[in-house]
Amino acid sequence: MPLIETLARMEAAAAGAARPLTTVRHRHLSDRPLVCVPLTTAGEAGAPLGALVGTDRERPLLLTVAQPRDRDLRFAFLAELADAVLPYLDGFADAVGHEERKETDPETGRKVTVQVELCADAPQLIVPSTAGAAYMRLLGRSTRFRRTAEQDPEAPYPAPPRVPLLGRWLTHLGERARVPGSCLLLPMTELLTRHWATGQSALEDQHLGALLAWIDPPDGHSGRTAAEHAESARDADGILRCPPAGPATDPAFDNTLLAPAMARYDAGVPGAAEELRELIGGQLRPTWDAVWRGYDLLRALPPGGHVADRWKRDRWSYTAHRDRVRAGEPPQPRRDDAVTAARKLASRETAQAQLDAQEALDDPLVMAGRRLAGEAFAGEVTAVEEAFSDGPRPMPRPLVTLRTTDTPLLTDGARLHRPLPDGKAQSAVFVAYGEGAAGSLTVRLTGGMGRGKVPAPGSVPEPGETVCWTLFEHAPRGGPQLPEPEDTPWTHGGPPASAPEGDTPDPTTPEDFL
Amino acid sequence: MTGAPWTSPAAPGPGGTEPFDPGAAATAATDAILHDTLHGTRPGVVVDSPPGAGKSTLVVRAARELAAAGHPLMIVAQTNAQVDDLVLRLAEKDPGLPVGRLHGSEAGTVDPALAALPEVRASAKIGDLAGMDVVVSTAAKWAHTKVEEGWRHAIVDEAYQMRSDTLLAVAGLFERALFVGDPGQLDPFSVVGAEQWAGLAYDPSASAVATLLAHNPDLPQHRLPVSWRLPASAAPLVSDAFYPFTRFRSGTGPGDRSLAFGTAGDGSGVDRVLDEAAASGWGLLELPARHTPRTDPEAVRAVALVVRRLLDRGTVATSERGPGPEPVTAARIAVGTAHRDQAAAVRAALAELGVGGVVVDTANRLQGREYDVTVVLHPLSGRPDATAFHLETGRLCVLASRHRHACVVVCRAGVAELLDEHPSTDPVQLGVTVKFPDGWEAHHAVLARLAEHRVGWRP
Repeated sequence: MPLIETLARMEAAAAGAARPLTTVRHRHLSDRPLVCVPLTTAGEAGAPLGALVGTDRERPLLLTVAQPRDRDLRFAFLAELADAVLPYLDGFADAVGHEERKETDPETGRKVTVQVELCADAPQLIVPSTAGAAYMRLLGRSTRFRRTAEQDPEAPYPAPPRVPLLGRWLTHLGERARVPGSCLLLPMTELLTRHWATGQSALEDQHLGALLAWIDPPDGHSGRTAAEHAESARDADGILRCPPAGPATDPAFDNTLLAPAMARYDAGVPGAAEELRELIGGQLRPTWDAVWRGYDLLRALPPGGHVADRWKRDRWSYTAHRDRVRAGEPPQPRRDDAVTAARKLASRETAQAQLDAQEALDDPLVMAGRRLAGEAFAGEVTAVEEAFSDGPRPMPRPLVTLRTTDTPLLTDGARLHRPLPDGKAQSAVFVAYGEGAAGSLTVRLTGGMGRGKVPAPGSVPEPGETVCWTLFEHAPRGGPQLPEPEDTPWTHGGPPASAPEGDTPDPTTPEDFL
Repeated sequence: MTGAPWTSPAAPGPGGTEPFDPGAAATAATDAILHDTLHGTRPGVVVDSPPGAGKSTLVVRAARELAAAGHPLMIVAQTNAQVDDLVLRLAEKDPGLPVGRLHGSEAGTVDPALAALPEVRASAKIGDLAGMDVVVSTAAKWAHTKVEEGWRHAIVDEAYQMRSDTLLAVAGLFERALFVGDPGQLDPFSVVGAEQWAGLAYDPSASAVATLLAHNPDLPQHRLPVSWRLPASAAPLVSDAFYPFTRFRSGTGPGDRSLAFGTAGDGSGVDRVLDEAAASGWGLLELPARHTPRTDPEAVRAVALVVRRLLDRGTVATSERGPGPEPVTAARIAVGTAHRDQAAAVRAALAELGVGGVVVDTANRLQGREYDVTVVLHPLSGRPDATAFHLETGRLCVLASRHRHACVVVCRAGVAELLDEHPSTDPVQLGVTVKFPDGWEAHHAVLARLAEHRVGWRP
């Protein structure tokens, strides 16, 4: 944990209320997100128990499965979920703008500029917790290879028409959510813990109710007591007053209320299905409200400067998947091949580096954390000395001396970066610590001054100006070019087999195409 | 937990009581490796090398023999420093060998010493290096290099520190390769989660060798059986704690190396731990138990004082390399830490004591380097918890295996109890070979040994 977050947590613990970690909001929040609160059945992997889903906080759609072990009911649930989710996802597909992109012409091999569609906005699915996001991924994995009666008339257990498509979209959102800074699928607990530090452990922060209690305690309560109440207060029957955000349920609820109600349903008692709906809805509704409370808290923060840039990449991601679905491509394979896995990892590492840099540039409090960690320093310029590079065409390489109280981890010749007003970065190298005055150090500017023999106006800081240099790059580059999958080398098993994996059944349970 | 926990009668390799000729064992291993590299039928050869077992020497020799047999080759190393070091070693052994040093386009990446070598050509463009017998570069640069025709032979150095996805990017450049590395050092890592690929043979965040062997289990695997760096006092501990199933021996015997001081100790804890380390090869300077920030000021100062006294007391080292005692200068001493801020704090403390020229760095950056005496700030010193980072086997292994004579560890008391409170909790992933020994076990093994050389000190 970064030192500044440790300090914020200690302050929060001492004060009994959460402390902000940021001054701006670092994630895009849609004006009209789709919230989905799923619940799963204990002891039965991938058997949904119910969900609240919708874009209207006052009128969520309640979906329940009266007997989760009944696969017909499970499919009926998934079909209802598809009917609720797919229209929302599709709703962003047709409003498009146009962007220019460089592509390699397959005939000439030259790079040409082409016009491509980019959706003007993209869907955003918000779930309560990290486990909820993992559950979306699980639903995606378990449904995208299902066959409908239309696709395969011989299929013994055909899936309802739109379920496989739901699986493909959930898989796409789930994969995209692994990209740092992406916002197509967001767990509320992660959103809140990025912006506030509580006085409890990271594990306890997984409880949405307790997390919100620290950030926004009810009047007259400290965050600590409110969090304790949210975590452990039980009613006379021993049922948690604040149900867990799921997808796992409270075992006391399962044993005391859910199991008897299901037994009544199984026995055919009239009204048992309605009773179950009521029960499950009662467990879901507090979490639904909590997600929207978190949404409101985050919406109150102004967005960071680079948030729209990152959201644009999410829009690209959405547009690309829309195109794949429209082109009739098969569902995502069960496993990535070697090249795809390496490409994904490389792009996520780049995204992480960019996210870290952009958050610091957008937010002085985040930058303060980097300064505390020795990865950046700010100070007042005390002197600027004109200097030039060697070589046939001398270029300006001014020496800037500044005084700082930060303690950066500088090594000789360390590269430094500083944002310029036009958004570009200026590069420099560390020269030496100053003699005498503590905290004095000199850097040599190496870029961002234009191409002339005289630095462009405003590109060299003036004495008295406060500047902030970072040891990290502001727009880190991506990884190396990887071979095409069909050129996978012998070290990685050679090219992957061409048979689409979705068509091969599971070796132990042939009825499964998981 | 006491003593060496590893008793594996089936453990292959040197052991037992039969007379052991380290030179002959090492030569036999090298000959077998070179035979497989030059005449083998499989496209790859993997060589495991414990610390200081002559890995670089092997790479240089293999490169020269391949070149002499008329096979131009490419060499992949992981850092610019490693590449420069290899080029210098190649030129030293064979000044007439044409060597290309492929480098990045940024200025200052190449060691200026290379410019003085007549047969070494450095360039950022592979076209400029056509026809050279040997071309050396980093994996990162190779990954961006495109050639019409690849190489028939390659050597991949520090292959266990290379990530699988990096190998994927460069493997198209060669047909066959010799992979050399130390399996006990730090594994490659990723700053983002890669759990979704755990268990796949080509997990991009795994080490290059793990992927290579998963897909090609029949490749010949060799190992170098003798550490020429580690003294007789250190090899058994490092071998037992970190290489329990592929043991190695030290190339020198118990009496071959010694440390001596020009002046007697002043009785302080620092001097006593130095005396202990000179006598036994290990020293543990134990500070009172306390939870501290990472840059524990007392421990950092203790590290700096140990270095200061080591220099002040006129330390001399006797080894098989020279006829008489050689002074242990600042350049022959290194300080190892777990974190960069700790290294920075130690550097500042050393500057305060007027010490310059001593290398202070993290385990990651000390990999592959060698010194007479090392002073280590224990990764778990003063910590309230033991995370996977601090428990990583490779980190401790690197820190405990950089020295030719002695290693002094500075640590807060209470690490054994800390370990007992924090057993490893890494999730077990299907299909992933469990790394063995785990860091927890290795830490206990090293601590048990260090406890025999403990000097308590209250700053």
